Amino acid sequence: MVDASHGASDVIPPAAVEDVELYHPHSWWTRYVFSQDAKVIAIQYASTAMAIGLVALVLSWLMRLQLAFPGDFPFIDSQRYYQFITMHGMIMVIYLLTALFLGGFGNYLIPLMVGARDMVFPYANMLSYWLYLVAVLVLVAGFFAPGGPTGAGWTLYPPQAILSNTPGGQDWGIILMLVSLILFIIGFTMGGLNYVVTVLQGRTRGMTLMRLPLTVWGIFTATVMALLAFPALFVACVMMLFDRVLGTSFFMPAIVEMGEQLKHGGGSPILFQHLFWFFGHPEVYIVALPAFGIVSDLISTHARKNIFGYRMMVWAIVIIGALSFVVWAHHMYVSGMNPYFGFFFATTTLIIAVPTALKVYNWVLTLWRGNIHLTLPMLFALAFIVTFVNGGLTGLFLGNVVVDVPLSDTMFVVAHFHMVMGVAPILVIFGAIYHWYPKITGRMLNEGMGQVHFWITFIGAYLIFFPMHYVGLVGVPRRYYEIGETSFVPASVHDLNIFITVMALVVGAAQMLFLFNLFWSLRHGREAGGNPWRATTLEWQTPQTPPAHGNWGKDLPIVYRWAYDYSVPGAPEDFIPQNQPGAYGLTREAIA
Amino acid sequence: MAVVLVLVAIAVGSVLFHLVSPWWWTPIASNWGYIDSTLVITFWITGAVFVAVVMFLAYCIWRFRHDPNRRAHYEPENRRLESGLAAGTALGVFVMLAPGLFVWHQFITVPADASEIEVVGQQWLWSFRLPGADGRLGRAETRDVTSDNPLGIDKTDASGLDDVIIQGAELHLPVGKPVKVLLRSIDVLHDFYVPEFRAKMDMIPGTVTYFWLTPTRTGTFDVLCAELCGVGHPQMRGTVVVDSEADYQAWLAQQSTFAQLQASAQPAGATMAEVAAGK
Amino acid sequence: MSAMIVFLAVLAVIITWWLSRQGLMSKPWLEVGHVPAGLSDRREASQIPALKLGLGVFLAVVGALFTLFISAYLMRVDAQDWWATPVPRLLYLNTAVLCTSSLALHWAKFEADRGRDDGLRTALLATFATALAFIAGQVLAWRQMVASGFTLTDDAAASFFYLITGMHGLHILGGMVALTRTARSAYRAGPVTERLQLRVELCAIYWDFMLAVWLVLLALFAGWASNFVDLCRQLLT
Repeated sequence: MVDASHGASDVIPPAAVEDVELYHPHSWWTRYVFSQDAKVIAIQYASTAMAIGLVALVLSWLMRLQLAFPGDFPFIDSQRYYQFITMHGMIMVIYLLTALFLGGFGNYLIPLMVGARDMVFPYANMLSYWLYLVAVLVLVAGFFAPGGPTGAGWTLYPPQAILSNTPGGQDWGIILMLVSLILFIIGFTMGGLNYVVTVLQGRTRGMTLMRLPLTVWGIFTATVMALLAFPALFVACVMMLFDRVLGTSFFMPAIVEMGEQLKHGGGSPILFQHLFWFFGHPEVYIVALPAFGIVSDLISTHARKNIFGYRMMVWAIVIIGALSFVVWAHHMYVSGMNPYFGFFFATTTLIIAVPTALKVYNWVLTLWRGNIHLTLPMLFALAFIVTFVNGGLTGLFLGNVVVDVPLSDTMFVVAHFHMVMGVAPILVIFGAIYHWYPKITGRMLNEGMGQVHFWITFIGAYLIFFPMHYVGLVGVPRRYYEIGETSFVPASVHDLNIFITVMALVVGAAQMLFLFNLFWSLRHGREAGGNPWRATTLEWQTPQTPPAHGNWGKDLPIVYRWAYDYSVPGAPEDFIPQNQPGAYGLTREAIA
Repeated sequence: MAVVLVLVAIAVGSVLFHLVSPWWWTPIASNWGYIDSTLVITFWITGAVFVAVVMFLAYCIWRFRHDPNRRAHYEPENRRLESGLAAGTALGVFVMLAPGLFVWHQFITVPADASEIEVVGQQWLWSFRLPGADGRLGRAETRDVTSDNPLGIDKTDASGLDDVIIQGAELHLPVGKPVKVLLRSIDVLHDFYVPEFRAKMDMIPGTVTYFWLTPTRTGTFDVLCAELCGVGHPQMRGTVVVDSEADYQAWLAQQSTFAQLQASAQPAGATMAEVAAGK
Repeated sequence: MSAMIVFLAVLAVIITWWLSRQGLMSKPWLEVGHVPAGLSDRREASQIPALKLGLGVFLAVVGALFTLFISAYLMRVDAQDWWATPVPRLLYLNTAVLCTSSLALHWAKFEADRGRDDGLRTALLATFATALAFIAGQVLAWRQMVASGFTLTDDAAASFFYLITGMHGLHILGGMVALTRTARSAYRAGPVTERLQLRVELCAIYWDFMLAVWLVLLALFAGWASNFVDLCRQLLT
């Protein structure tokens, strides 16, 4: 099926690729610390995100210990408990997931996958990381500030967030949280501009949008969304900071606290909720879309089959990105907003399920009639599909306005969002790290440790969060320091809570093995070579592994085909790299 | 092939867990059985999809596992299959959404004969107010809250004087009568949550929110707060008792009105008339 | 959030228009080797300098930011206990100053495009001076407001006024940092480089944008915007 009609005339001469000026580091400091190389920045982002994520993991242990053995740990009082849930939530959503997917994977993969030497604005890219680091440090400073970090819940709902009997409400906690978020958003905007403009302008010769790997599509769309959604959080944070520090009343109505009339009056707490969720819902997809993209590439590569329905996958990403801006109020069905909004937001929310479901079908259909290698990245991708389908389906309960009424603010919600935007994206992160670690370091991660890590993480996480839905169905509300005496919660729920806690401890411990593996394999991992997975995308075609500064040696690669030429009939190998000229397989002429 | 077994175990195990585990919602005590039905429909549809996807996934992994002598099938896309799946999904979504919106319409349409009661949340206490003899709740403002007027009732509003105030005690409701529950908070967000009623709604300081229900069986139920309201959030408890009509009237007769409470709080000699005249 | 939805709808139209030219309906697996006709493989796109595109994206973000402030304002303005704050007359003068600043920058661009570094320097200086005058005028307007009793915590309208004008002022100050850097390279001896021309042009775009934002804000505070919104509501119902 070799198509002779596409001959040498289609090969683009290398001279047509113009080169870019690069900032070349002159010292150890500018090479490894204040580096402007996207690959180094990616590693800085990822390490910082994982370090702060580890803090959040420990916080989740402490919370689970309290829920399973209420009162047995005297240092976890209710004050601290609420500080833990707040910091755990905020760290995981913003400082781990957003930073790791966009700052980490975005920085590493975008320039390599589109065939660029670096991001277009390397200096802003560097600033982006350092602002992120400062944001993290300001956040962590909350733990050491008088009064401790804020305990307002990660949603920071006013008026509670800035009242004196909320932990950190009248101390430094809430201020540090808000300042940290503002810094994060400014830093992210610098990075985000880079990711967007690099995809738009930095693509190498021949790399049309429809030849981009879905990873780039996912990260690109998520970045565009984040650039438009984060301002809402920025506005909410600035206004709340004014309320807290300068005594304005944007979100503060007349309030009687401890029998005393406060000076505030006339503000609207629900306005904050609208702003927060206008950011908060796109945020879910800001995390999910890169995961969707990455998992598509993992499945395709390790099943040796092109991603099924690539066009549909691209359209779905774009449609999900657009729709996610008109579903925010489904977090507010029982918030007391105008009840007629419920009809609109329930409808848009359930409509978004259709493109999302199509993506799931296409992942599964990619496996169908594939040639599936059960490598670690593939295992994590499979685990992602299971947990994402589970969490996505419970989303249909919560998105359907009337079903949400009994379930909202119960443990069902906690189980749902952990499954769909906690466990599922983190499984993708693991899969992605097992997949790209050989490119980043030149060595494979240890397979044995990886297997142990995978099985404990996957099965353990499922056993934590699947039963948790039923705790919520029973009626246990979320954000309860202890459920105490009730007439409707049977004693068996307590046993279930102990089980969940034990699983959480085990799963958490397995992550230490993963971290150990990351360091151990740096020296002792098997040598990987340039393209251990026999993948088609450009990042595997670099002249050096790990890629050197500037990525591509003398000449930029030229792209001749889409990113998924696996198992093309007639081709000598079961993959054809994107930068390899020559036509095989089903060309337009062959079909005609 | 451990993956295949584990995936099958997850699909089967999840369904079994759903069917045999003792954890399920509390028996309903209001008219919102429709909410439960919608939830059950959603469980069936989503459960079927979950099992189908995971089982198919397991089948694919088992059937198409790596074989060095075989190449993967080459098929970039299949328009008919994809449109078929999209249509099927859209249908499933519609089947869940349509009854949901129908029931939501009922949920926000308060029947004309519903009697109003007011629930007031504060850190970390529930208070209640019933309209009294004139059937109307008087005006109330957070600005008017003082130590002897903890609900901030407007003393100049005559319809408020006969309002029945219940503080730190049980709320009683008559069985079988629709109630519109008006929700008010004087400090932070709260959420009036009785698991058996299914319905709930946040309370927002500065605004009055509402939901309605008809209690369908007598009994004593816990009231919890379902919106984080500070460190005392889990301790914010109350009790609702659904009574037969006779028991309800007997209970109601024992409660004091706002005017009575004001009178007892006034220094000796001050009478109701003065309070009323003081406006 | 209606203002933000309108803003996003406009962006969505732009994005859809752009995407429609990217061959999203093509079947990439059939197009091996050559780049299909009419599709940008960067040749077309690269005519826009990356910096300019970056500024465009950044302005979209800034636009979203101010639209969200306006959305919040519009949601609050509906509530009772809203007393509109009278707009200090000085704001109209400030508006004129900001317009002048923008014009001066266009003059700078005109000079830069013709490679006249003397004129360029004068024009940049004029821009900087007028921008500074605008900031000073805004601060003066604040002081007038405070003097007439509308303090930051006084009521919601005043709080919004200080918050949003302050945010706008900060963006002007940020622009002045970029302008200073541009002026510094203009004052360096030597012919006007292409890069300098680009930077002057970017400053001009930014200035125009902030002027447009300011006009919208002025309309909002002077109450014209809410009349307009009311009119839209009436048309819809």
